[in-house]
Amino acid sequence: MGIIEECITQLDTSMILGIETSVDHVGVAVGDYRGIRAHSMLASDRRHAESLTPMIQFVLQQADATMADLSAIAVDVGPGLFTGMRVGIASAASLAWALELPVVPVCSLDVLAMNAEWSDNVVAASLDARRGEVYWALYRMRGVGIEPLRLTEPMVSSPEDMAVHLADRGEDIVCTGTGFIRHAGLFDDVPWALMAGQPYAFPTVQKVVVLASHRIAADDTVQPGAITPMYLRAPDAEINWLTRVVTQ
Amino acid sequence: MTSHVVNESTMVLAIETSCDETAASVVMGGNDILSSIVSSQIEIHARFGGVVPEVASRAHLEALIPVVSSAIAEAGILPSRIDVVAATAGPGLIGALLVGVSAAKSLALVWDKPFVGVNHLEAHLYAGLLDDPTLQFPLVVLLVSGGHTMIIEMRGHGDYVIMGRTIDDAAGEAYDKVARYLQLGYPGGPAIDKIAPDGNPHVVEFPRAMMHDGLDVSFSGLKTSVINYVKKNPDVANVDVAASFQAAVVDVLCAKTIRAAQKVGAKGIVLGGGVSANSALRAEMTSRGTAAGFTVALPSRDMCTDNAAMIAAAAWHRLASDGPTSLSCGAYPNLKLDAVPR
Ligand SMILES: [Zn+2]
Repeated sequence: MGIIEECITQLDTSMILGIETSVDHVGVAVGDYRGIRAHSMLASDRRHAESLTPMIQFVLQQADATMADLSAIAVDVGPGLFTGMRVGIASAASLAWALELPVVPVCSLDVLAMNAEWSDNVVAASLDARRGEVYWALYRMRGVGIEPLRLTEPMVSSPEDMAVHLADRGEDIVCTGTGFIRHAGLFDDVPWALMAGQPYAFPTVQKVVVLASHRIAADDTVQPGAITPMYLRAPDAEINWLTRVVTQ
Repeated sequence: MTSHVVNESTMVLAIETSCDETAASVVMGGNDILSSIVSSQIEIHARFGGVVPEVASRAHLEALIPVVSSAIAEAGILPSRIDVVAATAGPGLIGALLVGVSAAKSLALVWDKPFVGVNHLEAHLYAGLLDDPTLQFPLVVLLVSGGHTMIIEMRGHGDYVIMGRTIDDAAGEAYDKVARYLQLGYPGGPAIDKIAPDGNPHVVEFPRAMMHDGLDVSFSGLKTSVINYVKKNPDVANVDVAASFQAAVVDVLCAKTIRAAQKVGAKGIVLGGGVSANSALRAEMTSRGTAAGFTVALPSRDMCTDNAAMIAAAAWHRLASDGPTSLSCGAYPNLKLDAVPR
C-alpha cells in the first residue's frame, strides 16, 4: 500500500460521532473534516433519550461505519434544555469511556453562529432560554467551515438586555437563533438587526462535527469523565436558597 | 415476550440514578455481587431539606463515569466480560433517571449487549433476596422509603400483589417532616432514629391511624398530631417526642405487615427501602414477626437504601422472563410496581 492510500485509510478510520440534544430536536452525525458521511435529525418533543440511542445505531449504519471506526465523540454541551443536554452528555461520555475515545464538548451558541458563517458582519447567536430569558453570544466569522471567534462569552439575560447590548455596538449585526425568533417584536424596527430566518434558528449536528474536527486538529479534547455542561443558570432551589440567605 | 438465556455466569452491569444516589454495580448470576458503588448526594441536598430534582440530575451526571468505572474496576473484570447492561427506568425523578438510562443504553450499544430497563420498586424487593437467597415464596415485603410505603405479596419472580399502601404520606416523608419541625436536620429518618433510643416512647401515645382498618396506612394525621402536640407542650423533650413518634410509626408498620403475612400464609417477611434501615423498625419487626412464626429477613443497611446491585438482580430475572428492553426506552417517573419498562 502506498503512502497516500495509507493516509486515506487512516483518515477513514478517524471519524467523529456528533450528538446534538440541547435544543428541541435530536441530531446525530458521523463525519470528519472533509464532510458529513451520514446524519439524521428528528423533532423530539422532549423525548431525546428515546430517540438518541436508536439514531446513533441508524446513522452509523448509514455511514457504513462501526463503533471501531470512530476516533472521537463530539457533543453539544449547551447552553440549552437541561434535561436534553444531560441525555446527550451522559450518552457521549459513556460511549467515549467504553471506546476509550476523547470527547469534544462544543457550545450550542458556537454551533448556532456557524449558521451565518458566510457573514462579514458581527453575528449574534441566541437561543430561547424560556422564562423570558435568552442565551446569547457575539461572534466574528472566520470563513466557511472554520470555528468562529467569540467576541463575548455565552451568557443568559433578558432579551431586552441583549437588545441594548447589541444596539450599543453601533453596527449591523446578523441575528440568528430561536432567541431572536421568540422575541422578534423587539427587533422588528431596528435597522441594525439583520434577522436570519427560521431555517437558521437551530444549531445543527453537522456543524457540531465540523467544529469538533477543528478542535481535534488543535488537540483540544477532554476525557469522558471531564465534560462540563454549560448550564449558565443555577437550579431554582439554589437561587431561592441564596436569596433566602441574603435576605435573612 | 422473548425470554433470554441467563445463567449463573451472566454478568450484569447496572446503573441506578432514580433519586439521590448515583450507583453502579456488577452482579454475576443474579445474586453474586462483585461490586456495588454508591455515591450519595445527601450532603448536597441537606441544605434544601429534601431532594431537589435539578440539583440531583446535575450531580448524577457528574458522578456517572467515575461511579461506573469504579464498579467495573472493583469487580476485577474487563468491560468485555459484561453480558447485560441495565438501568433503573422508573419510577423516580425523570431528569435523574434519564442520566442512567442514557448511559446504560449507550454502553449496551457499544458492547452490543442486551439492555434492560428496570423497575426500581421491583428491584427493592430483590434487595432482600440478594442478602438471603434461601427465602421461599410467597413472601410479604414491607417497602418503606421516602417515596413509598407498600405492603406487597411476592408470589414469585415478577408476580406481585400490593396488599396495602399509604393513602397519604410515605413513612420516610413523615420522618422528614417531623424531623424538620423538631429541627433535627435532614434526612429525618436517621436523625430521629439516632436520638429516639434516648427518649421515652410512652410519653405521648400518638394516634395509630387506621390500625384496625385493612392493610393501608396513613401518616399525615400522625405528623399533624406531633406538630400540634409540640406546639401545646413546648417543654416536652425532643427525644421523648421523637421516640413516641417513632414508636407509633413502627407499631403500625409491624402490625399491618404481620397481618398481611398471616393473611396469605407467607413463608417470610422481608424489609426493603430506605426506612427499613431504621433500627427500631428492624428490632421490632424481628421480635414481633418471629413471635408470630415468620422468618424475618432484614437486608443489610446498604441493601435497604438505593443501590445498583438490586437493579442488576432484578434485571437478571426480567431478562430471563421478558427479554431485553428496546433501545428506544425512556424514563418512566410514575412506573407502577407491576409495570415492565419497554
Ligand atoms: Zn428506592
